[in-house]
Amino acid sequence: MELNGAQILMKTLQEEGVDTIFGFPGGAVIDIYHALVRTPIRHVLARHEQGAVHAADGYARASGKVGVCLVTSGPGATNTVTGIATAFADSIPLVVITGQVPTHLIGNDAFQEVDIVGITRPCTKHNYLVKNTEDLARCVKEAFFIARTGRPGPVLIDIPKNVASRIVAYQPPAKVRLRAYRPTYSPNPKQVQKAADLILAAQRPVIFAGGGVVLSGAAAELIELARANRIPVTASLMGLGAFPGTDPLWMGMIGMHGTFTANMSVAGCDLLIAVGVRFDDRVTGKTEAFAAQAHIVHIDIDPTSIRKNIPVEVPVVGDCRLTLKMLNEVLHAKGSNGGPSRDPWLGQIADWKCQRPLTYIKNHEIKPQYVVEKLYELTAGKALITTEVGQNQMWAAQFYAFDQPNQFISSGGLGTMGFGLPAAIGAQIACPDRLVVDVAGDGSIQMNIQELATAVENRLPIKVVILNNGYLGMVRQWQELFYDKCYACTGITHSPDFARLAEAYGAVGLRAERVEDVEPVLRQGLFSDRTVIMDFAVCREEGVYPMVPAGAPITEMLLV
Amino acid sequence: MDSEKHVLTMLVDNEPGVLSRVVGLFGGRGYNIESLCVAETVDPLISRITITTKANAPLCEQIEKQLRKLVNVIKVRDLSGNNAVKREMALICVRAKSADRAEIQRIVDIFRCKVVDVGPEFYIVEVTGDEDKINALINLLKPLGIKKIARTGMIALFREPR
Repeated sequence: MELNGAQILMKTLQEEGVDTIFGFPGGAVIDIYHALVRTPIRHVLARHEQGAVHAADGYARASGKVGVCLVTSGPGATNTVTGIATAFADSIPLVVITGQVPTHLIGNDAFQEVDIVGITRPCTKHNYLVKNTEDLARCVKEAFFIARTGRPGPVLIDIPKNVASRIVAYQPPAKVRLRAYRPTYSPNPKQVQKAADLILAAQRPVIFAGGGVVLSGAAAELIELARANRIPVTASLMGLGAFPGTDPLWMGMIGMHGTFTANMSVAGCDLLIAVGVRFDDRVTGKTEAFAAQAHIVHIDIDPTSIRKNIPVEVPVVGDCRLTLKMLNEVLHAKGSNGGPSRDPWLGQIADWKCQRPLTYIKNHEIKPQYVVEKLYELTAGKALITTEVGQNQMWAAQFYAFDQPNQFISSGGLGTMGFGLPAAIGAQIACPDRLVVDVAGDGSIQMNIQELATAVENRLPIKVVILNNGYLGMVRQWQELFYDKCYACTGITHSPDFARLAEAYGAVGLRAERVEDVEPVLRQGLFSDRTVIMDFAVCREEGVYPMVPAGAPITEMLLV
Repeated sequence: MDSEKHVLTMLVDNEPGVLSRVVGLFGGRGYNIESLCVAETVDPLISRITITTKANAPLCEQIEKQLRKLVNVIKVRDLSGNNAVKREMALICVRAKSADRAEIQRIVDIFRCKVVDVGPEFYIVEVTGDEDKINALINLLKPLGIKKIARTGMIALFREPR
């Protein structure tokens, strides 16, 4: 069969199960687009390449599939870098296809030429420059394999224009065989045995779940571990939804803006079972003081996560789901019942929850936390929430209880402002029947607001909730607390009228300026079948609490 | 914990860009490279990279794990300690005034190295050995005037069990 490179690419993408691509055309990818429109694959035209990658990322997080993005060479490729680094930091499986100048021009400083493979080497799991059309199908298959297996991540494929246009006799590639890439899925049973013994002996155990639980689909196994053994659970930002936010064993998020209960419980526990986490500095605070009284069991598929930041006693390298399944079986066989010895610990946790719940002071102004609480109430906790980055993200994480994995979609590791709106687009395309809400700030929404056009064009009924305080609020909060209230360049003195801007894009625009407007605006916006922006004029200098100053032990919290 | 010298040797796919992945990993994560050697192995699809680095034990463990995570790195081994043969080569261009030529020849004989180029003003001396030997030779030749020097960096092989 004679096919050109672009046709081979399309054939291979379809074999990999791709039905949606987020992209932006350009000179170097004309051949690929020419082939793309002759397939059933849906193409979603972003308005900026960064939006395309974040949308593919949101699609991947909401669907559990590999997100695919297609852009042109040069600026098209460099515009994807932030999105790729975002996916890399959160271990999201993406395949990013970039066009490249023809092979004979590579290295020539040609028009729209950039060494994107060199640029993205440190922020991809792997990348390819395909120099021969004959290698294309193999590279694409390997890229998908690498992106979705082990600790997932983004893989970039750079395809020169002549590689896409050249016609060759197509040979189906052999099964993917990578000599040096063999992620460890099955845990070492001896290590699982050790973990089980520690759990049986523990009086004050805590489970700390991370994004790895969500990515490996281990939520059911985690719930079983916690309930069968009566172990309270906390999670990192990336782990929200891995354990039901409405379960009595749930303690809330850990870390810099974690709950009092979660942070105190980790400081006081005698066993920390860390599952699919990497002990980020926003979680641990001062590492020497983190879980200082505890034995630590650390389950993760990536050996480099283990002992990178925190010394652990029982490392278990393996897939979270398979490991937890084995751990549950071992515990079941040993007859664990979480016995009465856990009562004092659970009592202590109940006391902490009662004494120091997440809270805020209500007044005549619209409090951002109140907006999120109302959002939770009116969506019955069922909405898929994406966020931008900063205070809006933390309030969404704190005041919306997530019961399902993949329900909270946020840029955790890289902290990319402008992520939420395009991610909501991808998530809505992955889950057309769900209510998708982007919780945003007035700063970050403007970083990718052009994607409103994408949402309206594709008739995506996403909702954007802007907690508009006229500040880059999280940095302002740091300045208030640690920089003598010197609000250097964090005031947003001019923003567009977001409601009218929404209308200009063809979306619905609503605005609330008084507390009593909040509920009616939410009701009107959430139950619309169109793209909606809801702009809430919130209390300008509200802070996110608890807050642990950077580098302090997580028990040193500033509270409301 | 004290930093110690580690000799890391690895087999990698012999493809464009692989060296820069390895070196980029060191640069990006702030690991140090004291010397670096790369060449094809007997299998043309595989190259061997030898890197010497200074790190304490936990950091060295992390470096090894990060290297193994690279898709093109097939095998990584820490060859620190006595269980490996380690060699380095140097070419040393030393000023050879007629009065000093006998002295240079004596030093060369003692170190079992050789003079590989003779000019009216300079000799080029080739030496192979472990790092200490090469450093010792350099120290002896320094007073005579070393014009330039090229060192390969260390290569190493694990001793097969006897």
